[in-house]
Amino acid sequence: MKLWAAFRVAMQALRKNKGRSLLTTLGIIIGVAAVITMVALTQGAKATIEAQMMSLGGSVLMVSSSPTARGNVSEGASSADELTAKDAAAIRSLQMVTHVSPLANTTQRVIRGNRNWSTAIVGASADFATINDWWPEGGTFFTPADVASAETVCVMGKTVANQLFGHQRAIGATLRIGRSTFRVIGVLSPKGQTLGGKDQDDLVVMPYTTLQKRLLGGSRLDNIAVAVRTQQDLPLAVDYIAQLLRERHQIRPGMPDPFSIKTQLDLTQKIVAIVGIMTVLLGSIASISLIVGGIGIMNIMLVSVTERIKEIGIRMSVGAKARDILLQFLIESVLLSLGGGVMGIVLGVSVATLASALTQWPLRVSWGAITLAFTFAAVVGIFFGLYPARKAARLDPIQALRYE
Amino acid sequence: MEAIIRLDSIHKRYRVGEVDVHALRGLSLTIERGEFVAIMGPSGSGKSTLMYILGCLDRPTSGRYLLNGIDIGSRSPDELADMRNQYLGFVFQSFNLLPRTSALENVALPLIYSGMSAAQRTQRARAALQQLGLAGREHHYPSQLSGGQQQRVAIARAMVNEPPLLLADEPTGNLDDQTSRDIMDIFVDLNQQGKTIVMITHETDIAAYAKRMVMLRDGNVVDAGAVR
Repeated sequence: MKLWAAFRVAMQALRKNKGRSLLTTLGIIIGVAAVITMVALTQGAKATIEAQMMSLGGSVLMVSSSPTARGNVSEGASSADELTAKDAAAIRSLQMVTHVSPLANTTQRVIRGNRNWSTAIVGASADFATINDWWPEGGTFFTPADVASAETVCVMGKTVANQLFGHQRAIGATLRIGRSTFRVIGVLSPKGQTLGGKDQDDLVVMPYTTLQKRLLGGSRLDNIAVAVRTQQDLPLAVDYIAQLLRERHQIRPGMPDPFSIKTQLDLTQKIVAIVGIMTVLLGSIASISLIVGGIGIMNIMLVSVTERIKEIGIRMSVGAKARDILLQFLIESVLLSLGGGVMGIVLGVSVATLASALTQWPLRVSWGAITLAFTFAAVVGIFFGLYPARKAARLDPIQALRYE
Repeated sequence: MEAIIRLDSIHKRYRVGEVDVHALRGLSLTIERGEFVAIMGPSGSGKSTLMYILGCLDRPTSGRYLLNGIDIGSRSPDELADMRNQYLGFVFQSFNLLPRTSALENVALPLIYSGMSAAQRTQRARAALQQLGLAGREHHYPSQLSGGQQQRVAIARAMVNEPPLLLADEPTGNLDDQTSRDIMDIFVDLNQQGKTIVMITHETDIAAYAKRMVMLRDGNVVDAGAVR
């Protein structure tokens, strides 16, 4: 018997039992759809994370006073591990560095008339807007001159503006933080939430000099944000800045860095690695349903062989060889699983599209996942189809013919 | 010319559960081309076993069976399948048509296993149905046909590959008298066209359509009959 003829015979048999064929493939449909959806969603999440990380600054690094080092340093060295505006200036003089912003943070109550709102106050330089690619949607950002003269001006995030001003105009208004009064000169464009659910727009930004003078006292900085020319410069910049700071703070060789230097790249890579593990994990869990689906096909094929013993006997009596019978039943189960595979891909892509629309995550239906799920479905069909098909092919023609 | 069937001291033993059955006991029989032979005998005489051996569905435990000069005993299961496909057509008491399968597809079934193209299969099957007066019934399912029509579909299937030998196992057992006579007339016609027919029956009036009657008892031929 030719393969094509066997294919047609199998197709006919499946068509005669449309309802049952569909139900049989349901396991495979769900399994394939699950694999594709899971992988598409985790890949989408990964892309979102990468995009967000890069929007935070693909070529930005953050110098922080290392809290672990601080605890180990003996007395008298308390100023040795403090980052200052002079450190920031020294970093700025490095060749690959384009922008530097000293950063100091505090959390305080912001009062405007009878409304108040507790929020993060960030002291920064005028480069803050460039480094974070984050600009006012109304008004202006403060200037280097504002920083130099520690002007009592501030720029606020959208959330703070909404809380304090509602629909009223915020720019030009004044508000009170601690004992000082500040003039609002800009409202930043909204950034939305981080993946972790933190509201990025809940902050007030002012010159770090103003923050130090009016709200904190002292000259200590928490961090220094540094932008370099390109992402490729990042590793080298990390080394240069570490060396520079060791020299400036007179750290003896062999002593640990009192500062940590982190790039968004580090964090991104870590998160991407975690998401990668999640993809494999979720994909494997979904694959189990494919195996369960395969067992479903095997069950139905076994029932089908038993139901069609007479048919097998008739086919054998008119000249079907064992191989022909084997092929017919094997093709049936492979068609079932491949049909289920195709329907599963359609279902999976639909579900992933829907989920992507609901979660706002970008859709990443990977060809890899589709190919894998489809191949797996075919293998499942062959593997679980083989046993029933062999059972059918090994029937004794006389017994089969006599079977009622 | 070589006889189409030559059986030489055929023995067949098989086990049914704990019981050893010695169904054929040194049976010898020769059937020439163009014969129409009725094989008769009481139940348990070995008729069915003989039919399965003649039909290449089973091999004798010992003895020699030459079909068309080919020794069946030394053939593999696949070769036996080819023999069934090329040299034999079966007609059964219970028709043995595939349910929910059109008359045309039922008739075309042996041709699938001869490796014939789909178009050729349809053409041959259509012609066979027409020859048996079933033109217009090609797309009926067996359940939509009368018993006589079903048996004619079965005969068309047996003839479609133009085998030289037709084996019929109680072909009228499930049919009424008038329909039985119609079916037997078809066999007589086919025999006159040159087909060799071997038919098992226990009805004397049906056996009377054959040219020779062979009587079996206890797994052996008791009367090889004479050609009328």
